[in-house]
Amino acid sequence: MRTKQTSTAFSRRTFIKMSAIAGAALASGCATHQRSNWEFFTEDEAATLTAICDQIIPADDFPSASQAGVLNYIDKQITRHYRRHQRAYRKGLGRANQVSQQQCGKILAVATPAEQFHVVASLENSDKPFFELVRSHTFEGYYGSPRHGGNRNAVSWRMLGLDEPPIRGRSLYDLKKGTPS
Amino acid sequence: MKRVNAVVIGAGAAGGIVAKELSTAGLSVVLLERGKWYTSNDCRKDDLRNQRTTLLGNAFGPPDEGNPRVWVDGKGISHIALPSEGDYQNNAACVGGGTLSYGAQAWRYLPQDFRMRSTYGVPAGSSLEDWPISYDDLEPFYVKAEYEIGISGDDSATPFRGPRSRDLPMPPLPVNREFGILEPAAKRLGLHPINIPMARNSIPYNGRGPCMRCRWCCGFACEVDAKNGSQNTVIPIALASGNCEMRTECMVKKILMDDRGRAHGISYFDADGRLQEQLSDIVVVSACAIESARLLLNSKSRLFPAGIGNRYDQVGRNLQGHHYTGAVGYFDFETYDDIGPGASIAVTDYNHGTPGLCGGGMLANEFIRLPIHSLDRLPTNTPRWGLGHKHAMRNYHKRTIVVIGPTQQIPTEHARVTVDASVKDKWGLPVARLQGNCHPHTFEIGDVQARRAQTWLKEAGAVDTSLMTSRPEVRPELIEASQHQAGTCRMGNDPRSSVVNRDCQIHEVDNVFVIDSSVNVTNGGFNPALTIMAVAYFASESLVRNWKGTGFRS
Repeated sequence: MRTKQTSTAFSRRTFIKMSAIAGAALASGCATHQRSNWEFFTEDEAATLTAICDQIIPADDFPSASQAGVLNYIDKQITRHYRRHQRAYRKGLGRANQVSQQQCGKILAVATPAEQFHVVASLENSDKPFFELVRSHTFEGYYGSPRHGGNRNAVSWRMLGLDEPPIRGRSLYDLKKGTPS
Repeated sequence: MKRVNAVVIGAGAAGGIVAKELSTAGLSVVLLERGKWYTSNDCRKDDLRNQRTTLLGNAFGPPDEGNPRVWVDGKGISHIALPSEGDYQNNAACVGGGTLSYGAQAWRYLPQDFRMRSTYGVPAGSSLEDWPISYDDLEPFYVKAEYEIGISGDDSATPFRGPRSRDLPMPPLPVNREFGILEPAAKRLGLHPINIPMARNSIPYNGRGPCMRCRWCCGFACEVDAKNGSQNTVIPIALASGNCEMRTECMVKKILMDDRGRAHGISYFDADGRLQEQLSDIVVVSACAIESARLLLNSKSRLFPAGIGNRYDQVGRNLQGHHYTGAVGYFDFETYDDIGPGASIAVTDYNHGTPGLCGGGMLANEFIRLPIHSLDRLPTNTPRWGLGHKHAMRNYHKRTIVVIGPTQQIPTEHARVTVDASVKDKWGLPVARLQGNCHPHTFEIGDVQARRAQTWLKEAGAVDTSLMTSRPEVRPELIEASQHQAGTCRMGNDPRSSVVNRDCQIHEVDNVFVIDSSVNVTNGGFNPALTIMAVAYFASESLVRNWKGTGFRS
């Protein structure tokens, strides 16, 4: 699950398939290139987006963005409240791969973490509106409420030391007397 | 439909009070609200979709679909804004209005706030003016609001407040950790910290229990109904009087005028989208500053071709809110205890009296924060993404204090609401068009306030700080109206420079009233809710008195 290094032993399609499963843990065995596991993204797009999101929030002793379900959040919202950003993602992910091809001679999903970092850093300057969009949505998916599809098991809230589930108020409150207990 | 004495448009902070005061005085009232009636079950605890953080939409209206506004940028180019976007300057559209989901700070303005022109003169290019009523005129109605709505807190420790004829009805909530850190620092600086007055039960009051100190507060409906707005105080009384009928999801189209220049009712779209008429003796507009102005401007008729109250082109001018500035302090110990409502301590020392500045504002610690609020409040050298950002979130989310305050805006007549006939809402009504900015002096005051917040945090032991300021160079079109929007139907004695008189009665039409934040001449350096409520009680009293005297019946 955590193998992020590029393995030339994998075919591109296999790698994408694996990273999609690893990244999003939508562990359906029938992921194929043609039939995406996502509502909006193709598997290729999801793999590219995984690479960008995981540079914005990498793993340490707490999960990375994709491990916490950020792609799930973005994929879900982009067919709902964020419908207006569909075009920006489709175009932006394509451009990200173009930049990656220019800089490292391969698509972003199969670049090394160091290469991915440099590609994302250059996107921050060369493709600012798209980068800012992904940055905002990644943060929302990671630090926002799990109800929206990201922040799996409220992992970021536990990382920040917040009570989870957040029952502090109720635990201090005697609902029968209507007074703080 | 049966003719009634009064139609009240908008069931928010002011409209709810007007409906209660008129109906309990014996007038028949129809209270119209464009939004829905939510309850404490609609708290929802959704950090991305509430009335304060609207990334995935706002929880208490209006919906994004079919409710656009137009805003004009610094180059004069028009843009469409949706209700969940900042440029829309949204407040709320629901029973209770902003008071369903507000943070509930319940401040009285200071005596000087009603006399800004007399105190400071008029900065060039501004429309700074005195109110036609004084703090002393409003004081009994502040008391009435504090007791009928239910306010907790204790402001006795500061000399920077107006005379108070009665103490607040409830003691403050127990203080939080930030209070304990900030209070001694403020005293060392010679300031006078107080417990913020809040429209929130700290003890059982009005038949409802006290605050349970949870995380879901400012921006949310209160899960245990301990937060006091018009929806759980005055509106139920109005309905129980038997004289008031509330109709929700009704959008008013226009005020109907007869050939003698008097209103005889309104037309509105009901919940099923059908056009209805409600005839009445008087019409009270309480739709908040932007929508009240829009309704008056959209109510064009033969005698009032520019809209009601707009003979001298005053309706919609002087749009203002508050210019929020402050500072973030970073500490090497945990400052944050995650106990609501969060905001706990404030100083009012800086509202007036600084040489060279026309006013100032209150400074307080910020409301309870959710992780999503910390993202851009990290130390200034924090990387914007990557492991550095993640580590900063982990380090600082609970080691941060934000001190912030509403700088009183210096109004200009160029910041205004008009209507845009080329853009219609889902009912086919021309939408509000927002343009202009507040006076540049406002930003000078705001910068001073931010540095004062920074000084307070450093005194409290912050090892690092960053300023929260926004400058007109960055966004020349920076209107900051939103939840604190005010000023668009100015109260005054001169019909050529104001829209309503001191009784909130439109100068040129004596049976149409505007009673909400629109009438605020200036907006104080405080959250405006309690003043909106006090003015509503004040105006309702004179309305009822005049009703009994002459009657407005046509």
